[in-house]
Amino acid sequence: MARTTYRVLNGRGVTFWSIMALHALVILIGLGATYYMEHNGHIVTGMNNRIVWGMPHVFAIFLIIAASGALNVASISSVFNKLAYKSFARLSGLLALALLIGGLAVLVLDLGRPDRLIVAMTKYNFKSIFAWNIYLYIGFIVIVAGYLFVQMNRGTESWTKPMGVIAFVWRLVLTTGTGSIFGFLVARDFYDTAIMAPLFIATSFLFGLAFTILVLSFTCFTIRDQLMNKEVMNKFRDLLIIFILVVLYFTAVHHLNNIYITQHHGVEKFLLMDSPVYATLFWGGQIIVGSLLPLFILINKSLGSNRTAMTFASILILIGGLAQIYVIVIGGQAYPLEIFPGWDEISSSYGDGQIADYMPTLPEVLLGVTGISLAMFITGAALTILPFLPQPISDE
Amino acid sequence: MSDFINGSAGGSGGGCGKEGGCGCGSQSNSGSDIASAADFLETGQPQTRRGFMKAAAALAMTTLAPGITLFAVGGGSAEARPLDEAASSKVRWGMLIDASKCDDGCTKCVSACSTENGWKDNGRPDTDAQWIRAVTLKNRKTGATQTLPMMCQHCEKPPCVDVCPTGASFKRADGIVLVNKHTCIGCRYCMMACPYGARSFIHEPLEDQKDYAPRGKGTVESCTLCVHRIDEGRLPACVETCNAEAGGALMFGDLNDPNSEISKRIATYASIELRSGLQLNTGVRYQNI
Amino acid sequence: MTSMRIVKFILSIWIMVIGVSLPGQLLAAESSLLPSIAKGKGDKCVLPTEYMRRNHMDLLDHQRDETVLDGVRTKQFSLKGCVSCHAVKGGDGKAVTVKDPKHFCASCHNYAAVRVDCFDCHASRPGEKDQFGGLKSKPAGHDVAALKSYLHSGSQTSLRGRDK
Repeated sequence: MARTTYRVLNGRGVTFWSIMALHALVILIGLGATYYMEHNGHIVTGMNNRIVWGMPHVFAIFLIIAASGALNVASISSVFNKLAYKSFARLSGLLALALLIGGLAVLVLDLGRPDRLIVAMTKYNFKSIFAWNIYLYIGFIVIVAGYLFVQMNRGTESWTKPMGVIAFVWRLVLTTGTGSIFGFLVARDFYDTAIMAPLFIATSFLFGLAFTILVLSFTCFTIRDQLMNKEVMNKFRDLLIIFILVVLYFTAVHHLNNIYITQHHGVEKFLLMDSPVYATLFWGGQIIVGSLLPLFILINKSLGSNRTAMTFASILILIGGLAQIYVIVIGGQAYPLEIFPGWDEISSSYGDGQIADYMPTLPEVLLGVTGISLAMFITGAALTILPFLPQPISDE
Repeated sequence: MSDFINGSAGGSGGGCGKEGGCGCGSQSNSGSDIASAADFLETGQPQTRRGFMKAAAALAMTTLAPGITLFAVGGGSAEARPLDEAASSKVRWGMLIDASKCDDGCTKCVSACSTENGWKDNGRPDTDAQWIRAVTLKNRKTGATQTLPMMCQHCEKPPCVDVCPTGASFKRADGIVLVNKHTCIGCRYCMMACPYGARSFIHEPLEDQKDYAPRGKGTVESCTLCVHRIDEGRLPACVETCNAEAGGALMFGDLNDPNSEISKRIATYASIELRSGLQLNTGVRYQNI
Repeated sequence: MTSMRIVKFILSIWIMVIGVSLPGQLLAAESSLLPSIAKGKGDKCVLPTEYMRRNHMDLLDHQRDETVLDGVRTKQFSLKGCVSCHAVKGGDGKAVTVKDPKHFCASCHNYAAVRVDCFDCHASRPGEKDQFGGLKSKPAGHDVAALKSYLHSGSQTSLRGRDK
């Protein structure tokens, strides 16, 4: 089998530079929004004392989950020795790094005291899964950078497999940690469950592959027909279908479990039925747009392997994914804490017993979107500097 | 000025001069002795000189009535610690709240806390900090209603301390759960984790903070059990005010001292923790919910 | 490079170095370019001025950990102590806050362009009396002990005891 060669992205026409300029503009606007938020305090956002994590966190968690999943394609080749994916390993690693940096940037910029990042990097409470996550994220960046290095550097290819295994195991721990941020919280009915970790792992597979397909479709106009050939598209289609079904499975188990437990009926009824916002986002967003529609597109073999259809399905998956994270992060907070079981009407000046309202404002949405733009900008820039893209080899 | 250089305090510590919990206000001190008036006033009455002199003069003429003694005892007590002595785990500060004594619609503890610590109602209930709040409960089936104050429960195993990435949320040796705002990065994870919704985030720049209760934009805060008062041997503001001006529902004291009034009350009458299933062993307990 | 260019290069570096360090060397001199820092109460600070200028942050860092984490409230290096001694009165007779350039900390920090983080949370001027009209720093029992000694001794000692 011929060796794959890699090259820098060329054919950088007007389209590429316009997209890069757009991302750069969004990043600048987002930084401005961050300054506005930091200077005036979080009063300018929709976040409050009941909904403490809002749109920025939805985007940040979305990006971080996608980042760990984006490494998947590389892992399949390096860890599981499926050579068909090998040519995408570098791009996959790059995308993982870029998405993680984008997500972390949003998370850090939303802190109440982002000037204290040094404190966060030097003082650790190791009982906190959040503190562990900081180490896991930084470690991920270092390991994936190392993984990319051994692939791209002459003479170190033999290290690819060990680095790939380390990266794969690390990302599983990382995503388990991200899920456990919620899973470890005893306070809230919708969290406090071990299934958050595997749910996030499954979701990461799905988001990661969707992002990879999107990036391949949109950055390599001249060569994408050769890059994303029939064999590759069929494999991606199979994987996407499996991943959608696995996410649906874990989501179903999470909700069905809650529905069985009488104690948790309140929050499930709220999220799945009573709340106009969260019920619409869950059923309309995650289930229909994010799972059933893409499945419908992908199931048909000839349609599903068509690059345009698959790209469209990936976009739908990611939109549904945002809705999913929104319901988890914000819906879980909107439902009141169950402090006084047995009492029906609870009220106070601090929102006890009431559903919390959340209306995101422009600065926080801009900050969230900035994360995506940052990730895409880094990816685009890196593609023009270093050889990440496989040189397509004609089948004949 | 000289005391700054010498490092000594303006007044001495150790208000009552007694070991262990404050024994003043107990029955043995009631009597016509004028000096006992001083003991009565040690239990946390307003410290104005004028009010003090008035009360002392009045009491000089009369025997301490049992009601007044019990009233003073109901507030509980704390003992001032020397300035250079660290808080110790020999003591565990706690509170006992008798919900049956909490009057409907009364929010005196809330106003006392906000005046003492400097947080205010800015008319924006979603983002205004609240360290203590009055919660109204109604049971539709039985028709029963109840009000009680809720604040940080000062758990022995606080989830907020577990989840804080920098260790800013911590439990002091004497059981008070605090936020070290020098280290707080404002991530709000502790607010997600608190089972009682006790914490507040400061959403806007602040001015004119109380010099003994620093608070600032971008950090998280919650009830400190008036740690600045406890270290001086005084009672938390809410406890003091509830006993002076309202139903006397709040009692404060050392849970580790079996002879303290609060421990005796907990040993005698049933009390519960909120969300006791979480097994956090809170320092704040409730009776008659 | 010719030797002339090397000489010019070295000269320009030298001039830059002197130009930057000169204000520091002139610190003792009176100049409208330098900050005018108000004198605190009393004849000196808790430690010599030169030491405090360089190391006040270390002292405050150490003290704040002791106070917050351990509950040690010694007054020598407490921020409250600094603020009360170094309070500067404004036009209305009340102490100014850190926003006013006359504020003790602001006067130097504005000049050095080092942001002061403390007063985001801490009060930058001495506190007022507490809600009950008493001075807050007195521990409970101070008045009581004074009353006791007054009542028992029968002398004309001041009720406030030793006033600091």
